[in-house]
Amino acid sequence: MDLTLKIWRQASAEGKGKFVNYQVQNISADASFLEMLDILNERLVVEGEDPVAFDHDCREGICGACSIYINGRPHGPDRGITTCQMHMRNFKDGETIVIEPWRAKPFPVIKDLMVDRSAFDAIIQAGGYVSVSTGGVPDANAIPIPKRKADEAMDAAACIGCGACVAACKNASAMLFVSAKVSQFALLPQGRLEARERVQKMVAKMDELGFGNCTNTYACEAECPKEISVSHIARMNREFLGAKLLSEK
Amino acid sequence: MSLKYSSVTKKIVMSLAGLFLTSFLVVHLLINLLILFDPTRELFNEAAHFMATNPLIQTFQYVLFFGFILHIIFGLVLQIQNWMARPVRYEKKGSSEQSYFSKFMIHTGAIVFIFLIIHFANFFVKAKFGHVEALTYPSGATYEDLGMLVVNLFQDGAYVIFYVVAILLLGFHLDHGFQSAFQSLGLNHSRYTPFIKLFGTLFSVAITLGFISIPLVIYFS
Amino acid sequence: MVKLDAKIPQGPLAEKWTNYKAHQNLVNPANKRRLDIIVIGTGLAGASAAASFGELGFNVKAFGIHDSPRRAHSIAAQGGINAAKNYPNDGDSIYRLFYDTIKGGDYRSREANVYRLAEVSNNIIDQCVAQGVPFAREYGGLLDNRSFGGAQVSRTFYARGQTGQQLLLGAYSALSKEIAKGSVKMHTRSEILDFVLVDGRARGVITRDLISGKIERHSAHAVVLATGGYGNVFFLSTNAMASNGSAAWKAYKKGAFFGNPSFTQIHPTCIPVHGAYQSKLTLMSESLRNDGRIWVPKFKEDAEKIQKGQLKPTELGEDRRDYYLERRYPAFGNLVPRDVASRAAKERCDAGFGVGSTGLAVYLDFADAIKRLGKHVIEARYGNLFQMYEKIVDENPYETPMMIYPAVHYTMGGIWVDYELQTTIPGLFAAGEANFSDHGANRLGASALMQGLSDGYFVLPYTIQNYLADQIQVPRISTELPEFEQAEKEALSQIEKLLAVNGKETVDSFHRKLGLIMWDFVGMARNKEGLEKAIKDIQELRADFWKNVKVPGTNQMVNPELEKAIRVADYLELGELMARDALMRNESCGGHFREEYQTPEGEALRSDDVFNFVAAWEYKGENAEPAMHKEPLVFEFIEVKQRNYK
Repeated sequence: MDLTLKIWRQASAEGKGKFVNYQVQNISADASFLEMLDILNERLVVEGEDPVAFDHDCREGICGACSIYINGRPHGPDRGITTCQMHMRNFKDGETIVIEPWRAKPFPVIKDLMVDRSAFDAIIQAGGYVSVSTGGVPDANAIPIPKRKADEAMDAAACIGCGACVAACKNASAMLFVSAKVSQFALLPQGRLEARERVQKMVAKMDELGFGNCTNTYACEAECPKEISVSHIARMNREFLGAKLLSEK
Repeated sequence: MSLKYSSVTKKIVMSLAGLFLTSFLVVHLLINLLILFDPTRELFNEAAHFMATNPLIQTFQYVLFFGFILHIIFGLVLQIQNWMARPVRYEKKGSSEQSYFSKFMIHTGAIVFIFLIIHFANFFVKAKFGHVEALTYPSGATYEDLGMLVVNLFQDGAYVIFYVVAILLLGFHLDHGFQSAFQSLGLNHSRYTPFIKLFGTLFSVAITLGFISIPLVIYFS
Repeated sequence: MVKLDAKIPQGPLAEKWTNYKAHQNLVNPANKRRLDIIVIGTGLAGASAAASFGELGFNVKAFGIHDSPRRAHSIAAQGGINAAKNYPNDGDSIYRLFYDTIKGGDYRSREANVYRLAEVSNNIIDQCVAQGVPFAREYGGLLDNRSFGGAQVSRTFYARGQTGQQLLLGAYSALSKEIAKGSVKMHTRSEILDFVLVDGRARGVITRDLISGKIERHSAHAVVLATGGYGNVFFLSTNAMASNGSAAWKAYKKGAFFGNPSFTQIHPTCIPVHGAYQSKLTLMSESLRNDGRIWVPKFKEDAEKIQKGQLKPTELGEDRRDYYLERRYPAFGNLVPRDVASRAAKERCDAGFGVGSTGLAVYLDFADAIKRLGKHVIEARYGNLFQMYEKIVDENPYETPMMIYPAVHYTMGGIWVDYELQTTIPGLFAAGEANFSDHGANRLGASALMQGLSDGYFVLPYTIQNYLADQIQVPRISTELPEFEQAEKEALSQIEKLLAVNGKETVDSFHRKLGLIMWDFVGMARNKEGLEKAIKDIQELRADFWKNVKVPGTNQMVNPELEKAIRVADYLELGELMARDALMRNESCGGHFREEYQTPEGEALRSDDVFNFVAAWEYKGENAEPAMHKEPLVFEFIEVKQRNYK
């Protein structure tokens, strides 16, 4: 198929970006979206132009590196997958595809479609862990956990930290990302011990970094490649309220 | 003041204030509907009198006023922060929202707020500070004929249209707001949330139809 | 001649590690603060090591090429992690896990290392559960296990099809905790350009910031290399795009020996290649073989019809199907080790029985399992994998059999290390897939995660102290030393050289060509003639690369083409070493299959008298042939046998 790509080009973080149109021809419907960009880039290199920079790595939908906003949707038109897994059969021959980076104040553009998502690391560093050191832990089966709870924790833990929730949210809110981690640990006995401190620290860090507020539009859930439920946001709200009301000075 | 609260706290305040305001809507609607069921307007005027003179209600009025202020200020702060969180907009706008009216809360909210001011000037201010004719009913009771004020206002077609549109927007605001409030308070449960969402929608429709029916019935009869 | 000393502790097998720990040197807490450790790579091995060092009180500097440690390719491991817990009461033990691993590796790994691995496997599960890793559980609330290729017990712990992700996120959370505490300084989007040796010891690294292009110097008392494997030398592999062998290669060129470079694992269950534009191959978890049955048409005419699209697999009756793994290996059936399964698939396809439009695929059929267990059970077990398959191939695997084909997956070979995971450069340690140590000639499924975490959580935190104990008098190393200056100059000149070529061909086109050579001649089946040709072809390609490659842009910017060029330049050397190693090893063992050495039934034929050793290669200079050193493998505790999965 032949396509017109309208791609955001920005030389550096400081640079002023603009959209540039590119034509690509004879793209197989079985190629992935990133392979289509590879084809474009290889041509640009040969032609002596600067190839389009984008984040990507595992190309099997789990590392969370790829992050492209395609035709108004993070990770493109298909549901429940990342950009790298999205195949060109989702587009029509002759279509114009608008390709943009994630847009959010805490995710500044580094170059072209690459953005800096270290804000997510900062949120995890604020409390997204159980404070155990290596060694000296009890036997794994000493902590029985109801299967339903373990499964629900796993649902939350499936988050790949790609930032699609932030990109999709009209408020650039990171609530789904933060709540997925808070919820995972809130559901497990290992995480309960620090639950109150954790939720407050992580929410405070999220606010400090300049993410927007959640207005329950649920766009995050619709665009999450791992289809993480907004019920985790509710759980985080609950945890937060409980922590504020009950934690001691 | 609201700036120092965390995003989640702000949302909790928004939802509590919002839910509180919906309770006011219910009472208000029930009283308004009295006007349709009693052509002499005695029931309505009696209720209005009660609301205006009962000490408990009078105290409650301040709480209500405070609720409005909170809801508005926090809503504005949240919105401004949300705009600031995305300084560069997308070329191609997204539309992934699953709660459709969530996109327009600030817009519907703003118009409802304007409506509220006009509404206030038309009824509340007149009732409280202006002169309203008193009416003595066969039962011997005498009330200010606020009902007449209503009936007179709704003779104006333009006003009726404005009123109907504003209430419709209020309905949209409620449709998202109702279930959203529960989510913000952390009340999300696989068994109850579908019910809350359905109830919220039915509730918004009922409130909207209820309020709209009054000017329409009055105007066309 | 260098004598390789594996430093295996004395004593009975089961007591070696305990003895080592009892007698090793330790560093006291006050001194730990004054000692710096550099950790390169923050996947399972690197992140767990960096976090554990930080917890102990060392001053850690961690480096990763990604924007976050959470992106490391450990995240993509699907199936699970082995441990000898014996929770299912099915006869497992530390000894059995050890034995299966040695046997699975076709007796080309070190007994003592593998035993230690099996020993600490249980601690890993405990540690991960304590971190909040949501492993699969049974209704009673206890941990669930499943079976995996190469084992007759169920010892694999898993978190849906995302075990690697959950374990990495566990290690990442521990690392994040230490970063927050200040004990670990994390450098993201940083690539290692070279190692710095001072007086023969590893004392630092030269890095390139992938955003600004800035070249930096970092010093430490010890350096840990945990950069994963080099499977991307094949261009198409299940590795991530950024996975690379450059840091390991730079270590090799600075004096670390490279162990068994040709030992590559070809994973049997990957989605087949579909076009020339393909950038990578997608693995489907080996756990699928628990319930899926592998087959090809019994008759060639059926296979041909299927290849042309005239016949559907579901239309083929049972009597016209060949379940070749069940036929050849009745005892293990579809659960034979990876190398055996891969080779059997290749054998069928080469003989003309392959399916799919290319004829390079076999079926993995779930129809029986769905009939037996119900669709919902299969969906619960493999739902995400089935969904992934459908997205890529556009076929519904609940209705039509999946198509799979082997693909490069893991490199058992790597930097040679002793029992302490120390390389031949004092002070340089290697962990995880980057070292050669535990998997011999073939790795069993669900053992990579085990080894990465074992090295990082439970081995290095001990052994590195044994090295650092006599370094406590050494003050912080200055990056102004001439050794740093020299290394930085060399690194920069390599980059300038690449940018100066300004030829006509892209880096990827060279990488693709190299991949084809590697796949054809250094892949699943190798022979003398092919390997000699490969060495010649790679040399020619390398010369061509330095004449004709085009790397656009400059060093002072985000330049993914430059990053790739640096890596491909290294692959063009590493590929040759792999071919040399494969050519030297005149036997078949595990993933290394030399066509000249096979049994009449087509099974790998080892030559234990001659090749029962680790080949450790020493770099001898740019145009000199590398020198091979042998570390003999002594099996004191087990009997070396022909592997038999029949």
